[in-house]
Amino acid sequence: MKPTGYTLDTTFAALADPTRRAILARLATGEASVAELAQPFEMSQPAVSKHLKVLERAGLISRGREAQRRPRRLEPRPLAEATDWIERYRRIWEGNFKRLDAVLQELKAKQKKTVDALLDLGKPKPNKKRRPR
Amino acid sequence: MKTADLKVTTPTERELVMTREFAASRGMVFDALTKPELVQRWLLGPPGWTMPVCEIDLRVGGKYRYVWRNADGREMGMGGTFQEIVRPSRIVATEVYEDYWTGGETLVTTELVETRGKTTLSTTVRYASREARDAALKMGATKGLEASYDRLEQLLTA
Repeated sequence: MKPTGYTLDTTFAALADPTRRAILARLATGEASVAELAQPFEMSQPAVSKHLKVLERAGLISRGREAQRRPRRLEPRPLAEATDWIERYRRIWEGNFKRLDAVLQELKAKQKKTVDALLDLGKPKPNKKRRPR
Repeated sequence: MKTADLKVTTPTERELVMTREFAASRGMVFDALTKPELVQRWLLGPPGWTMPVCEIDLRVGGKYRYVWRNADGREMGMGGTFQEIVRPSRIVATEVYEDYWTGGETLVTTELVETRGKTTLSTTVRYASREARDAALKMGATKGLEASYDRLEQLLTA
């Protein structure tokens, strides 16, 4: 029963709280137990546990296997989703397509030159007048 | 000239669609999409990457292969097989990355529609499954993890 689309809403709601963001920042440096997380925040363990539950529900963290400590760790995927991959995808392709625009402009210019040259061939040369023999 | 808007949508959980208009005939756009010497000039991805290898055997059943290289010499290869080619309006090809697991092949359908001298290019990328899409996006983000950590950091220090 796992990751079926954590909605961005859930993710953003979880990220909205400064304590939870601080917890994530801590977990970004490595996993930590509830006690280890509670310490720097000067919070009770139950209070921290509450925040952890919200983060867990949003899929932003998970629990390690170690039975005693049950260390929490950061789950980067929903976070990456929240920081919108489509934007990243779009940026890369915007760059590609801008270069493609330039290539197409060049092809058009070349085509025009060729057409002009062909039209020129059909024109009578101005300084070579045909004279009757 | 005003830059045309690029639209990126995800109509289903397995598909990603990109649409963009170009100020050129579709024959020209088709060439730019299929001639190696032209492809190498624009299909480069993030800044700093070049495409030293670009092989395109443009016929049904024919293969293509791209290799990108960045300033550090890191390489990334991708390739596939053409399944349908209708010049100048449609290309269907499989696509698979060589060094990343992206959940198997994706099917990429490219369509070109010309109206009054302008061409709308639409590319539909279909992944084998939602999981495959997620994997691809995770990887498509090559630096996505670092980037999201960076962004998280910004968020946290804000």
